[in-house]
Amino acid sequence: MSILFTGRATGAAAKKISLLRRFIMFWLNHARQAVASLGELWRTPSASILTIAVLGVSLTLPATLHLLVKNMQQISSSFTQAAEISLYIREQTPDNQVQSLVAILQADRDISQVIFVSKQQAMTEFQEISGFGAALNYLDSNPLPDVIRVLPKNTAPEAAQLLLKRLSNERIVDFAKLDIDWLTRLNAIVSMLQQAVAIIALLLLSAVLLIVGNTIRLSIMNKKDEIEVMKLVGATDAFIQRPFLYTGVWFGIFGGLLAFLVVELMLWWLQGAISNVTALYQSDFSLMAMSFQEFIGLLIIAVLLGLAGSYLSVRRHISAIEPTGP
Amino acid sequence: MLQFDQVSKSYPGGFVALDRISFRLEKGEMAFLTGHSGAGKSTLLKLISLIERPSAGRVLINDIELSRIKRSQIPFVRRDVGIIFQNHRLLMNHTVFDNVALPLVIEGFTGKEMVKRVHAALDKVGLLDKVRCLPATLSGGEQQRVGIARAVVNKPPLLLADEPTGNLDPDLSKDTMRVFEAFNQVGVSVLVATHDLGLVARMKYRTLTLKHGRMINDGLLQYQEPV
Repeated sequence: MSILFTGRATGAAAKKISLLRRFIMFWLNHARQAVASLGELWRTPSASILTIAVLGVSLTLPATLHLLVKNMQQISSSFTQAAEISLYIREQTPDNQVQSLVAILQADRDISQVIFVSKQQAMTEFQEISGFGAALNYLDSNPLPDVIRVLPKNTAPEAAQLLLKRLSNERIVDFAKLDIDWLTRLNAIVSMLQQAVAIIALLLLSAVLLIVGNTIRLSIMNKKDEIEVMKLVGATDAFIQRPFLYTGVWFGIFGGLLAFLVVELMLWWLQGAISNVTALYQSDFSLMAMSFQEFIGLLIIAVLLGLAGSYLSVRRHISAIEPTGP
Repeated sequence: MLQFDQVSKSYPGGFVALDRISFRLEKGEMAFLTGHSGAGKSTLLKLISLIERPSAGRVLINDIELSRIKRSQIPFVRRDVGIIFQNHRLLMNHTVFDNVALPLVIEGFTGKEMVKRVHAALDKVGLLDKVRCLPATLSGGEQQRVGIARAVVNKPPLLLADEPTGNLDPDLSKDTMRVFEAFNQVGVSVLVATHDLGLVARMKYRTLTLKHGRMINDGLLQYQEPV
């Protein structure tokens, strides 16, 4: 409705369009403006490609770091699963006492699994693995003790430590061993890396915000005349800023896609080298790629950053442009 | 409909562009605004289109004081006032159609209704055959008429023109004025700023003359053709 001329119906409202149709037109208009913004990018290919490449690189680094942390966590969690306590049995302990301890441990609520390795078993195993083979037959007696391997139910380092203390008090246990120091160290390193990655990611993502903001600012400056004309014929700020916001969204989409492609390419490139390393360590570790959810998450983050960057820019600069006269 | 009440406008530095201007333009009236360059014609038009605000006095349209209009409402006021610029101010990388359609797109028109109105406006200024051209391929007079079509396409009740004949030869100037007359005859109020005194005298419309920011004449202009 007109402010100055009561009764002067203006615009599409004058046509008494049904609510449903207006709703459809609203989305249709948005879609049209989105496509128009895409066309705008298409018309200046070199500038657009440069911006998208910078965004892609800026997004690739946090994505890669995220994958790195994810894979590290996978490795360290597989170690945590193996937080195993070895109970070395005193020499010359009668077999029946050892068996009764095994039975007691099997009934223990804090313990998920108990494996008894007799000194004979240990010896044959050692012969097979060590390669000394027949040389060991020259030993007078078997120097290896009986061992009970215990897997705690709760694999957290602190809980395992408590269990270790309790089990080492058993009479027939010579000493109990839980190699836990390296585990806590590994956990500490992983969490430190996680925080470092978070900080670097934050920095790079704010770089994306600033890049988009600056690019949009330049394109606003380029279109200063056009914006003045639009203001003179009655365009609201919201109308003028919409194409720029869509440009920001497109930058986000393309930057996110580029980052995804680069990460995938990098993983494909590294796959061979990593499988070599893991084969040497006889590990069944396999590199985890980006999941579908992470891909969608990356895109959403990129789009939101693009939108936020362009919003910051249009809010400042479009209202600052005022027509200077007929 | 348009009323100036003791309006003054001074710019920072002490330059007084308008000095206590008062006049009324009735609904459906057509008037010329003349004066040498620097006399305040453009400033007066800027006050109506809310590009500038007066330093003192009141500008009213339909008894609504423009100083009460909030910044966010300015676009809606400008939709009621068609403005024609001396330097056309067309979007040079868009077609004639897109240029004329701009005010309609802003108001939310789409599809057939928009096309119909754009064609009607271009038909009135005689440029229907140039609808797909870029403004750069048109002559100065044609560009001016595209600007006119854009100003009238959403049928504003008030039409302002700033030196619309500034760069045109006498024949084209006369044609352009005829276009304004045609709009005036269908009830649009028209205010044309021009320094083409000969043309103004021949047209025989009310003429407001400014000199150094003051109104020195309001009425028909007596003018003798130079011998």
